[in-house]
Amino acid sequence: MEKIKTPDTKKLLKKAGKGAYGKEALISYGIVIIGYILLKLGAATGIIGFNLQGQFVPICVYVSLAISLNLVVGISGELSLGHAGFMAVGAFTGIIAARMTEGVFASGNTRLFVAVIVGAIFAAIAGFIIGIPILGLRGDYLAIVTLAFGEIVRNFMNVLYFAKDENGLRFAFNHTIPGIDNSQRIITGAIGATSVQKTASFEAGIILVLFTLFVVLNLKNSKHGRGIMAVRDNRIAGESIGIDVKKYKLMAFVVSAALAGMAGAVFGQNYSTLAPIKFNFNTSVLVLVFVVLGGIGNIWGGMIAAALLTVLPEALRQFADYRMLTYAIVLIVVMICTYNPKIRARFSMLIDKVNPFKRKGDQAVTEGGGSDE
Amino acid sequence: MKKNWMKVVVVALSCMMAVAMTGCGGGSSSSGFEDGTLKIGTAGPLTGPAALYGVAVKNGAQLAVDEINASDPEFKLSFVAQDDEHDAEKSVNAFNKLMDEGMQVLAGTVTTAPCTAVAAEAYANRVFALTPSASGPTVTADNDNVYQLCFSDPNQGIAVADYIAANYPDAKVGVIYNNADNYSSGIFDKFKSEYESKGKKIVAVEAFADDANADFTAQLNSCKDAGADMLFLPIYYTPASNIMTQADKMGYAPTYFGVDGMDGILDLEGFDTKLAEGVLLLTPFTPYSEDEKVQAFVAAYEEAYGEKPIQFAADAYDVVYALYNACLEAGVGPDNTAEEICDALIKTFNGGFKYEGGLTGDSMQWNSAGEVNKTPKVCEIQGGKYIEK
Repeated sequence: MEKIKTPDTKKLLKKAGKGAYGKEALISYGIVIIGYILLKLGAATGIIGFNLQGQFVPICVYVSLAISLNLVVGISGELSLGHAGFMAVGAFTGIIAARMTEGVFASGNTRLFVAVIVGAIFAAIAGFIIGIPILGLRGDYLAIVTLAFGEIVRNFMNVLYFAKDENGLRFAFNHTIPGIDNSQRIITGAIGATSVQKTASFEAGIILVLFTLFVVLNLKNSKHGRGIMAVRDNRIAGESIGIDVKKYKLMAFVVSAALAGMAGAVFGQNYSTLAPIKFNFNTSVLVLVFVVLGGIGNIWGGMIAAALLTVLPEALRQFADYRMLTYAIVLIVVMICTYNPKIRARFSMLIDKVNPFKRKGDQAVTEGGGSDE
Repeated sequence: MKKNWMKVVVVALSCMMAVAMTGCGGGSSSSGFEDGTLKIGTAGPLTGPAALYGVAVKNGAQLAVDEINASDPEFKLSFVAQDDEHDAEKSVNAFNKLMDEGMQVLAGTVTTAPCTAVAAEAYANRVFALTPSASGPTVTADNDNVYQLCFSDPNQGIAVADYIAANYPDAKVGVIYNNADNYSSGIFDKFKSEYESKGKKIVAVEAFADDANADFTAQLNSCKDAGADMLFLPIYYTPASNIMTQADKMGYAPTYFGVDGMDGILDLEGFDTKLAEGVLLLTPFTPYSEDEKVQAFVAAYEEAYGEKPIQFAADAYDVVYALYNACLEAGVGPDNTAEEICDALIKTFNGGFKYEGGLTGDSMQWNSAGEVNKTPKVCEIQGGKYIEK
């Protein structure tokens, strides 16, 4: 970028950026840490039962997915419907990596770490490969291609067979591996991964969320992040001042894919079995719902939405037969309430009334991505 | 105008929610465990595409629980079914919910993939599990406390291969299966290896990837071209009905062979049941059986739920009775912890416990791997009924 700004405006810009960054980071990290402490206390005192405790790791995974998808949907302004595909790549490569290193690392945490790193690398590669040809596309076209990508990954996993025997890793395509017993199987086509050693923990999940937040928030508030947002807000204007559109779009896409891969790896290490069907279109849409419900571009809004919508179906179990009906109704009501300008205005008035730290002229603008591209 | 419309929507939705909430509060007698009873729980798909199976299991098990409670003044049971939407993650959540409520024995879960995930949790928490219908081999692997009441998928594949080889030695067999479904591909794998080990050859193998698939013309054409006169369909009844309808339109009339997933095809709305005439299927239970016990069960089920029971309901009914009998034999009851019951039942099931007089098999025994041993039954559909062969 050419240095055409006077030092004065540069300083101002930096200050403005820092203020927004500080507030957003404070709220986001704060939610994670307070959430962790409260849930830990609840579990220790016995207020929180098996049911909610069992959801600690999935909550962290979905929160992390919501943050990483927000990078593409909110900050980069592209609609992606294939997030579950990257999650699947991370989950299955992570499971294979964890199984292969079973003899090397005795500690479950080390294997989890290896799984997460491998998952991130492979998901990033997948993001890069898919990103290069498609990022020339815009809007709906990109959505369709990412949707197709997610389905391709799932169908590919359906015919993939991996096993580990004394000779090392074996794999086959579209048929079972002969001469392998049950304990040597890693991935068996549509059955998916079985006999996975559970290594994920709540702490690991929290670290995952913090790391994802760290990457996304820092990227958003860096020179590259401003480049990504400039491209989102006005592609032509961005190009005219020398911003490399493809580079910045690809950067957001690949980073988001890698983070989704990490989340997928933790998810894969949390269950004894994982079938490819889990990563179907519905999961991609579910993550997109978190992002939309939390406010596109609003990182901590997406985090809260992800946590609430993960717990909600479980909290509604007391409604028995009416559970999914109630879930759908709650979702509709929340969507209407959060997106109706009148109701929003009333809410922010209420919040302003009770907010003791209210500053004059501080408008509650929480959305970053309002572009219509 | 728009403002009013929004108000109407919000008010209407709030009313619906209120109704839904009060509606649930009333019927609490059958939900939730009761103190002083043996708390049996299950998780299964009560909503979603596989809901038919979960609801059948819930109804069948509840019927057995009510019967036992009415007949046995000493030993009482209570039963709770939680929804898992046929999803492993939700199923683990459902299992944890049941644990929160104090479940002592798990009569589930209903479907294979979720059951595999739950089996690991049940193993870690030492809760005994006897699944009515999760037939995959992964369910009983890696644990000592999860047992199956249904045939495992591999055993179904082997049974069909043996039956065809013995009774139709000259058949040219084609297969259409769902390679994205572990139930279907699990049966097919074993069928293929068993059938080929007998020196036979499958003339055509065709796959599809989704039960919602509606067009099977390509698969049927290649089976027809290969000269297959018997089609083995290790799939659920919805795609099977499409296959039969489309084959009929093509003028292709092979003999069909199905497995337990085919159960329910006669009750499918909009399906011409004449097309299913002559279909052979391996199923442990048929509601049209002449057997006295089965007749009594079907009558009671129809009275309670207004429909004919499918195999899953009978499996669940058997599970509750098998657990009840095993608990009596092992000498454990409501006062024992889940872990004590688990240890006692493992000993009983491995120690030659025999469940006599079930709906889905006269005499069932289990091996230490958790697989059931019972005689497979092959039925033929004649005149809109299953006739045992």
